[in-house]
Amino acid sequence: MGLEAYVVVATVLFGLGVACLITRRNVIYVLMGIEMILNSANINFVAFNRFNGDGMDGRMFAIFVIILAAAEAAVALGIVLNVFQLFGTVKPSDVDLLRE
Amino acid sequence: MDLTFDPATDFKWLLAVPLIPLCGYVVQIFFGRFLPRKGDWLLTSGMFVTMLITVWMAFKAIAATQGGETFFHDSWADEGFGFRWLYDTQKGATDPLNVTAGILYDGLGAAMLAVVGIVSFFVHLFSTGYMKGDRRYHIFFANISLFTVAMLGLVLSDNILFLFVFWEIMGLMSYLLIGHFSHDPTSHRIKQAAAACKKAFLTTRVGDTCLFVGIMIFYYHFQTFRFTELWQAAQETVAANGGDYPAWMTAAGLLVFGGTVGKSAQFPLHIWLPDAMEGPTPVSAMIHAATMVAAGVFLLGRCYPLMSPEVLTVVTCFGAVTALFAATIGMTVFDIKGVLAYSTISQLGFMVAGIGTGGLGLVAGLFHMVTHAFFKSCLFLSAGSVIHGCHHEQDMRKMGGLRKKMPLTFLAMLICTLAIAGVPLFAGFYSKDKIIQSAHMKMMTGGLDGAGLFAFVGLLLAAAMTAFYMFRLIFMTFFGEPRDKHVYDHAHESPKPMVISLLVLAFLGMFGGKMWLRDFDLLGGHGTWFEDLTSEISHEHAGHASDAAGSVAEVFSVDRMFPGIALTEMNTYVGDSANQYLASQHTGHTWAMTGSLLVAIGGILLAWFLYVRRKDLPARIAAGFGEVYTTVANKYYVDEVVNATVIKGTMVLALTFKWIDETIVDGVVVGAGKVNRAFGFFWAWFDKTIVDGLVNGVAAVTSTTGSLVRLFQTGRIQQYASLAFGGLLLLFAWIFLA
Repeated sequence: MGLEAYVVVATVLFGLGVACLITRRNVIYVLMGIEMILNSANINFVAFNRFNGDGMDGRMFAIFVIILAAAEAAVALGIVLNVFQLFGTVKPSDVDLLRE
Repeated sequence: MDLTFDPATDFKWLLAVPLIPLCGYVVQIFFGRFLPRKGDWLLTSGMFVTMLITVWMAFKAIAATQGGETFFHDSWADEGFGFRWLYDTQKGATDPLNVTAGILYDGLGAAMLAVVGIVSFFVHLFSTGYMKGDRRYHIFFANISLFTVAMLGLVLSDNILFLFVFWEIMGLMSYLLIGHFSHDPTSHRIKQAAAACKKAFLTTRVGDTCLFVGIMIFYYHFQTFRFTELWQAAQETVAANGGDYPAWMTAAGLLVFGGTVGKSAQFPLHIWLPDAMEGPTPVSAMIHAATMVAAGVFLLGRCYPLMSPEVLTVVTCFGAVTALFAATIGMTVFDIKGVLAYSTISQLGFMVAGIGTGGLGLVAGLFHMVTHAFFKSCLFLSAGSVIHGCHHEQDMRKMGGLRKKMPLTFLAMLICTLAIAGVPLFAGFYSKDKIIQSAHMKMMTGGLDGAGLFAFVGLLLAAAMTAFYMFRLIFMTFFGEPRDKHVYDHAHESPKPMVISLLVLAFLGMFGGKMWLRDFDLLGGHGTWFEDLTSEISHEHAGHASDAAGSVAEVFSVDRMFPGIALTEMNTYVGDSANQYLASQHTGHTWAMTGSLLVAIGGILLAWFLYVRRKDLPARIAAGFGEVYTTVANKYYVDEVVNATVIKGTMVLALTFKWIDETIVDGVVVGAGKVNRAFGFFWAWFDKTIVDGLVNGVAAVTSTTGSLVRLFQTGRIQQYASLAFGGLLLLFAWIFLA
């Protein structure tokens, strides 16, 4: 199985993530879309490191991204809780105070 | 008692003379109302001390001059004692801008100072009785005290600038004192008093302005204010000018004489003096006897060497005109104080005319000032006593027979009337006789164009009228039967302080003239007091030195008043008098004495005849003169003429300027305002439209741009993400497809 298969999987995952990010009406799903995009990037890091590189750089980056994603999820969920308390909703389309 | 003048201590005594009443004034003006008896005892006792010092000092001067020496003390020259005013030590005493003040104490000053001290004290004493119950009693005493300070300072001043300063203080105090009743809401003559004090102030101001200009002209040429230096400079200037006075000195001398005309009430500025009767009677006595009017005569005495023969001719003529003119009015007045007012003007005319005749006349004029101060203050105080006794009735037509009710007042007034009328043995005789003698002398020498003749005849006539109207006053007031029963019944003799003042001054009025008599040797000397104080009669060989066998002549000179100044050499006018002295002692004296005796007795007899014997005659005579009488009784309409010309003229001028001010000046100002307003409106429009428009335009553009850009700012995070990914896709498409 060659590199192309990994890249295709990653691209599909990326596309699904973006679609999830843009279309979902619940902010939790939006966060899940972001996680999918991050993991598609991780697949690429690992795959390119496996086929092209001779060091551990790509895999190390992937681990960093996982850690950052975890931290990001924690912060994001905190924000979501606060948003819910303030606005009584978790729909991103309703939270548009920045417009003003 | 040691009667030698010791400059080291005696200048300090002299300094105390004005300072004692000045301190009294300061205490009185602030605390007078809180003191017992409203402080009159404080000032009166202070004046008593002042009087003692002045008399003591005068005796020193008399003792010195009796010994044949010239008594002349200048505190700066003698002791370096004085006050530096405007003095720059860097430049030293030679700088003309350095003005110093000191004390000049000579024979004339000594006599004058003593007269002022004595009369002022008795006026103070008299006022304690006369002014009793006055609403502004303490203010009156304060003012009259400062008035005295001014006169004492004027007499002591060694420079003409400080003389002028005191002169002006006196002007102010005369204003306040004449207008004393204008502050009393219960007085029924409040308006007249206000008008009188304003008139006195403004009229004398005309003279004061002349005097100041005269002083400044002398200062401009001589660079000094000090009398001794002025005399010296005048002598040098006249010598350098070939023995003649330069024209500018004549002009400046006339201006200085203008000061005398104003202050000493000479025609035509005499109009303030009769009106000044609105003041309380002690003030009248003060102003018309020892202080204010005497200041003008004193100034003439001090500035005598600065006066050219032309000025002296003018002085003689003004004096004679005033003497004659005021005497005629005096015969028609019915107000008891009014008669005395016109007699004052007339006597001042005598003094001024006397000084104008020069030499002996100068001494005689100044001596008349001294004797006049005594008997005139006494006359005024007697009139005050009569007015007081008659409950402020001043019209002589309502008096009569008062001698039984007020015997002491009558006695004092009779003595002084005899003195002013020129009856021998009384004070006025000696001085007036000498003035007439001097005028006669001037007439005989020809002098300048008949001024002497005019003065001699005019003064003799005036002397006759003086005797007449003064006895008219006596007969109308004290003799005959009472004309107004009500006034007579309530008349009473005045209280003690007033009567004592009257009698002492009457005594001086009786014996003051003895100071002239040769055999009056109270101090063991042999000369005559006043003559020795001011002048000198030396026995010289007439003619040249080679003519040793020539006769011994008496030469009279006023050198003691102006030591070191050879007046006879600079002023032919004086020279004539000096050389004629001996001749006049024989011929002129006889003429003058006979003349003045005859006119005095004639005047008295006429008054007796008209006002005691044939009381119906005066009215018929007055009717007989018709228009003439009306003119004289109306004071020759001088007031009316002044009103019509000077006052109306000033008013018209003022109205013209008011019109110019309101129409033209205000028009320009208002026009300028309007132009400014128009500019203001233009700039307001410019500011609102253009400047604000620019600012608002910038704001509008920014706002519009903001609104447009804002359309993309929806706040929807998913929209932003779609746009971001859309953009990313487009980027990729551009990279890969291009």
